[in-house]
Amino acid sequence: MTAVTGETLDLRQVEQFVFREARYADEHDYDSWEALWTDDALYWVPAGDDATDPTTQVSVIYDNRSRISTRLNQLRTGKRYAQSPPSNLRRVISNVELLGTEGEDTVVGSNFVLAESRTRGIEIWSGRTTYRLRVVEGEIRLAYKKVLLVNSDQPLPTLAFLI
Amino acid sequence: MTATVDETDASNARPDYSKLIQPDRVHGSLYTDQEIFQEELERIWYRTWVYVGHASEVPEPNDYVRKSIGPQDVVMTRGRDGEVHLLLNRCAHRANLVCEDAKGNSSSFRCPYHGWTYRNTGELLGYPYNKGYGGKNKLDLGMGRVPRVASYQGFVFGSLAEEGPTLLEHLGEAAGELDRLARLSPEGEVEMSAGWLQHRTRANWKLLAENETDGYHPQFVHSSIFSVTGSPIGALYSDQSTAVTRDLGNGHSENDLRPEFRRFGKPMRWFGTTETRVPNYVAKMREQHGEAAEDILVEGAPHVMIFPNLFIAEIQAFVIQPLSADECIQHSTAIQLKGGEELNKRMVSQSIGSVGPAGMLLADDTEMYERNQCGVGMLRPEWLDVRRGMHREEIDERGLRIGTATDETAIRGFWSHYRSLMEDDK
Repeated sequence: MTAVTGETLDLRQVEQFVFREARYADEHDYDSWEALWTDDALYWVPAGDDATDPTTQVSVIYDNRSRISTRLNQLRTGKRYAQSPPSNLRRVISNVELLGTEGEDTVVGSNFVLAESRTRGIEIWSGRTTYRLRVVEGEIRLAYKKVLLVNSDQPLPTLAFLI
Repeated sequence: MTATVDETDASNARPDYSKLIQPDRVHGSLYTDQEIFQEELERIWYRTWVYVGHASEVPEPNDYVRKSIGPQDVVMTRGRDGEVHLLLNRCAHRANLVCEDAKGNSSSFRCPYHGWTYRNTGELLGYPYNKGYGGKNKLDLGMGRVPRVASYQGFVFGSLAEEGPTLLEHLGEAAGELDRLARLSPEGEVEMSAGWLQHRTRANWKLLAENETDGYHPQFVHSSIFSVTGSPIGALYSDQSTAVTRDLGNGHSENDLRPEFRRFGKPMRWFGTTETRVPNYVAKMREQHGEAAEDILVEGAPHVMIFPNLFIAEIQAFVIQPLSADECIQHSTAIQLKGGEELNKRMVSQSIGSVGPAGMLLADDTEMYERNQCGVGMLRPEWLDVRRGMHREEIDERGLRIGTATDETAIRGFWSHYRSLMEDDK
């Protein structure tokens, strides 16, 4: 991986990053995935719409950096039964757009379709992801990831993998 | 031929619940048989008191929210007069869905199909081109109503039967657990205002109802999260725990964790914190309750399953919605305590971490439910064993049956009540 130079990220660099993040998640590479996050990380999967305040309304996932670690540590025990055995996953990311900047972060949007296979069947997940990416010591890092599922207002099956 | 007559008789016979439900074991078909599920709808879900929603979800006149009674789509409304109504979401004309939004505020609903309008009490207000019916106010029709609606501590229950035991009779000994929950609010009121997670579960609803107060599984199913967080919850359900499993009657049950919390005697330990972290809350509670506050702050919130579908797990509430013999939805939320601002945001955060489709506790319970549903489809040994702790049960000072923290006393209580409802031919 080459160091990132320059003030702003270009689309190709951004795509390479979000594809890599997706591959780590698909392949349950928890160490590599965790290393992508900044210390002020926020990983959010809203329930219903994303206009609600996640500090006063329940979300499917609303993890700060510490809770990301807890979630991954639970998966690493091998006794997180909802992911033991782990789901077989592959996702396609498309419509990657640079949406602007927020402070030093580059805001990126994309759409995804994800196939999850388990013994009891296949689930198709789809939604809109918003990322905030930040260059830290020459590397792109993930400060924020919001996954708004197309069916976030509907009953969802277990979502114990990294989406 | 005689044989043919016998076969006909056999095919019309109802399942024999006295054979399927025995004191120490229950039959696997109870979880898989679609015919039994249909009987459950008639005899349990469409007859007894079922939890529907909380009054705080429709705080203002004309507020409404979509809820359910099993597969039935129910609109909970608050009328102009402040009264809570439960309406079946079906137009009296051609049976279209009258209410499409999840929640809102409106004094009336208009069916989109032919424009029939209803007051939020279910009363028919009008229909377009009324000459086709001989003029205005000619039709004696309305939305279906849940005939009996009653609430306790703001928890709204509905019964689709015109007659039957009152809600208080149904709640019986479990009512005190809702009191205990409400008492944790400095203003004495629970609110269910934090929104709902909906978790689709491919399992029979009874596997969930049984598991809610099963103190045997946490050390095994939840060992992964207990070990990485160093949670003290596991110890509450150990073989050494002084906690008690109590059959509250009428299918209700609880894990009474108070003996463990009293043993430590530390205010707010039940919530995983100390009083210095939530000083305003503790001060308000002491102001409100005086000396009694110490016990309240030490003993914490109930862990109670209210038959057939409401589960209070200390700071979370769950509602079980059955859809078929092998599918249900778990609705879950963080309980909010009026006047308990210091606790409320923590309860939201802890609930997000624990429950719902990605919850670090409930996703594993749900995995067990779904594997269990696969298992009950296997032919042998036919039965599920529920005898754990039968030999050491006692009757407590309230006259209720109790077992140790890990005994299946609650599960047996569930089945005893279930059987009485399924056998009741009234």
